[in-house]
Amino acid sequence: MPPLPITPATLFRTFARMGLIGFGGVLPWARRVLVDERGWLDDAEFADLLSTGQILPGPNIVNLAMMFGYRHAGLKGALAASFGLIGPPGLIVLALGVGYRYVADLPAIQGALHGMTAVAAGLIILTAIKLALAQRGLGLAWLTGGAAFVAVALLRWPLLPVLAVLIPLSLLICLIGARR
Amino acid sequence: MTLLLSLFGHFAQLSLIAFGGASAVLPDMHRVLVTEHHWLSESAFAASYTIAQVAPGPNLLFVLLFGLQIAGLPGALVALLAMCLPSSLIALAVEHYGHRHREHRWHQLIRRALAPLTIALILATGVLLINGSRPGIVSLTLTAATVVIGLKTRFNPIWLIAAGALLGAFGWR
Repeated sequence: MPPLPITPATLFRTFARMGLIGFGGVLPWARRVLVDERGWLDDAEFADLLSTGQILPGPNIVNLAMMFGYRHAGLKGALAASFGLIGPPGLIVLALGVGYRYVADLPAIQGALHGMTAVAAGLIILTAIKLALAQRGLGLAWLTGGAAFVAVALLRWPLLPVLAVLIPLSLLICLIGARR
Repeated sequence: MTLLLSLFGHFAQLSLIAFGGASAVLPDMHRVLVTEHHWLSESAFAASYTIAQVAPGPNLLFVLLFGLQIAGLPGALVALLAMCLPSSLIALAVEHYGHRHREHRWHQLIRRALAPLTIALILATGVLLINGSRPGIVSLTLTAATVVIGLKTRFNPIWLIAAGALLGAFGWR
């Protein structure tokens, strides 16, 4: 079967599918849908797109949708892909949020949400640990990570000035490390 | 209107510094929405994040629920738009001007420099959520068990979330 042509309509449908099946984050599903199901990208192209999306600020998956949509179908494509990705699951989240307002005072609901938040905390710490284990030879650059944690988690300083200092510092450390 | 504008301003700023995605800037959202302005209570903040997390879709959708609770439907849309628009414009510009001459060496350098910062911020989000879960023996055990199980097995986290909901609903902390 020839691959589906890439148009704003197929972009919307494809990214909507990705958004609706992606529990706990969409990124793992993006590869499956774009590479395996649609055949719109090969693995190397996907890795390249993902790596660009990841060094840019903002939600990675939205960056990816924007860039992929724009590359293949212009501005309309970029909008179709990101609306597909965000719109349908966004409606579900909004519906849950409206429902929550009616039951927020029930002790059982509060308790259930606290229990789920405890697991969500574990999942996000797990993400951080897995990311850390995947890094090699960062050496001194970890100091900037430690400083960021102290500043944001313990001292609760605003993020903007913290990153304005630590990103250049970390770049400098990595640059010197790479020269040696 | 001023409320919507300041919501837009804060989230748009975070969109531009959200290296590592929306979850990395959760502590700064907490600082502004809960600590500084008292727009959200501690438990409404945590609940919003968790509800969006158990629904399908990209992680960033929790900003919809922050906006919804602070300023209704307009608030939800403003929060989502502010979180996506600035960074999307950068992504479009990079795609439009940059993708012919990508320098992979620079990519790698930037990614290496950002990695420790991203990891630290995600960890800070984890600590924040532990606070939001009203930690007791049961919930701290749940958090720790989730980390250990996630590292050692390929167990589907949805079952852990269900277990957390059940234990919590019975009032065990």
